[in-house]
Amino acid sequence: MTKEFICIVCPRGCHVLVDDAGNISGNQCKRGETYVKNEMTNPKRVVTTTVRTVFEEIPRASVKTLEAIPKGLIYQAMDLINQVVITKEMKIGEVVIENILNTGVNVVLTKEIKRKEVK
Amino acid sequence: MIKEIVVIGGGASGLAAAIAAKKKNKDVLLIEREAELGGILNQCIHNGFGLEVFKEEYTGPEYAYKFIEEFNSLDIEYLLNATVIKLDKVDDIFIITLSSEKLGLSEIKAKAVVISSGCYERTRGQITMPGDRPRGVITAGSAQRYLNINGFLVGKKVFILGSGDIGLIMARRMHLEGAEVLGVAEIMPYSNGLNRNIVQCLNDFDIPLYLSHTVTNVESDEFKRLKAITIQEVDSRFNPIKGTEKHFSVDTLLLSIGLIPDITLLDDFDIDVDPKTKSAKINQAYETTVNGLFICGNSLQVHDLVDNVSKESSRAGTSAADYIDGLVTSRQKIKIIPKENILYVAPQYLDFGWSFKELIISFRSSKKLEKAAIKIYQGEKLVYQKRRTFIVPAEMEQVSFPYSELSKDEDLRVELEEL
Repeated sequence: MTKEFICIVCPRGCHVLVDDAGNISGNQCKRGETYVKNEMTNPKRVVTTTVRTVFEEIPRASVKTLEAIPKGLIYQAMDLINQVVITKEMKIGEVVIENILNTGVNVVLTKEIKRKEVK
Repeated sequence: MIKEIVVIGGGASGLAAAIAAKKKNKDVLLIEREAELGGILNQCIHNGFGLEVFKEEYTGPEYAYKFIEEFNSLDIEYLLNATVIKLDKVDDIFIITLSSEKLGLSEIKAKAVVISSGCYERTRGQITMPGDRPRGVITAGSAQRYLNINGFLVGKKVFILGSGDIGLIMARRMHLEGAEVLGVAEIMPYSNGLNRNIVQCLNDFDIPLYLSHTVTNVESDEFKRLKAITIQEVDSRFNPIKGTEKHFSVDTLLLSIGLIPDITLLDDFDIDVDPKTKSAKINQAYETTVNGLFICGNSLQVHDLVDNVSKESSRAGTSAADYIDGLVTSRQKIKIIPKENILYVAPQYLDFGWSFKELIISFRSSKKLEKAAIKIYQGEKLVYQKRRTFIVPAEMEQVSFPYSELSKDEDLRVELEEL
C-alpha cells in the first residue's frame, strides 16, 4: 500500500508518496525525501514558545529549539522552558537552555530583550 | 515641509517598502501605531518564515528583526505610537493626519504614500452564529497576542471555529501551554490553512478537524461566560444537517474565520475597490487608481507567506520612488480579469505608463485543483501558459512574464484550466 505524507519542511507542502518497496516520489526537492524518511523513523519538531522576563514592558520573550527535537520530548521540553525567567538584556540567538533533555540542542531567544524598566 | 514618501504601517510590508524606497535615495518617513516595529510578526513566534527570502527558517520576531536591522542601518526616519487617522489628497500632495501622545494631532505632507496597514480579523459580528453572547468568544489573533506578548492564556477548554492558519497555530500553542483543545470546525469541505499547519498543529497532537462543520449554538452560564457550544455538519449549501449535533463544554471559542485588508484610510478617496480582495484595485506598480497612492502587503491582499509580503512591498516601495522620479509616462491601461477557477487577481490593471519588464500577477484559485494549466489570454491570443500541480485556495500563486509584446487595447483574462 502506498503511504502519503504531506511534507512540512517548507510551506509548499508537497504530497510525498512512499510505496511498499520504499520508493519515495512526489517531493519537489531533496529535503522532502529526508523529511519523509525521518517521519517514518524518528519524527522531530522545532519547539517555539515563550519564556518569562522580569521586565514590565516585555513580560514574555519568544524562544525556539535551535534544531528540531524528537516529537516525543515536546511536552518535557515545554515544562523545562516554562521554568526559565530572563533577568538581563539578551540578544537574539543567545542560549536560555543548553542541551535541552540531552538532545544536543540549545533553546535560544528569538526576540531581543532590551531593558526598559526593572520591576 | 513635504516628505517624498510616507509609509503607513511598520510591519513586514512597511519595512520592506520603506527600505526599497530609501535605497532609491528617497526621503522616507514610516509611521507605526504600535510601540515597536515588526507588526504582527512580533506575536507570530512559530517558525517557518523566510524560506523564500533568506533560504532559512525563522520565527516571526527573527524575520522582523532582519528587516528592522536593515531599516535602522539605512537611517530611515520613523514615528512609533503614532496612528494615522486621516488621509487626503489636495492637488498633487497627500495630507496625512496623525495622532500620537508625543506630537498630539498633527499633519504631515507627502508626494507619495504607501499604505501597508495590514489586515484585521473577522469577528463574530461578521458571521451568523446563533445563541448567547457570552464572554470567551475571541478572535484567534487576539488570543495569540494575549499569550505570546502579554503572557496570558485566555482559556483552559478551547474550541476553534475556522481553519485559517492563525487558528491552527493557536490550537497547537494553547495545547502546549496546557489548555485542552477539543477541535477545529471548518465550514468548507477543505481547510483554509496551509498543509504544514494541519500536519504540525493538529495531526501531531491528535486535535480533530471537523470539515464541513460549523458552530450552530453558543451557550453562556449565569455569569455571561461561555459554557458550551454545539457544532453541526453542513450540506453543500452550508445548511446544518439535523441529527449531526455535537456538544462541547468549553470556556473559549477562538474565531479564525478570515482576514480583511484594512483600508479604512482610503474611505475618503474615490478609488476602485475589488469586491474579491476587499481592497483597492491596483496596477502592476501597486498603485491604486489615485496617482501616487500605493498599497501592498496584507492591506492589498491577504497573504499566507510573509516572504511574499516582503517581496511585493519592496516592489511597491521601488514604484513609489519611480513615481517621485517622474518615471511614469502615459496612463494607458488595460484590465486584468479573473476567469475560470480564479478567485481573484492582483494587479487588476496593467498600466503601460510604468516601464517594468515583467508583469507579476498574484492570484488564488477558487477550488482545489490537482493538475492545472494557468492560461492568460489577450483576446483570442494565448500570451502565457504554465502547468502547476496541487493548486489550493489557501495558497497564493504567482506568475510573471514580460509584457512588452502585449497589445495596449485589449484586456487580459486569467484562467486555470483543470487537467
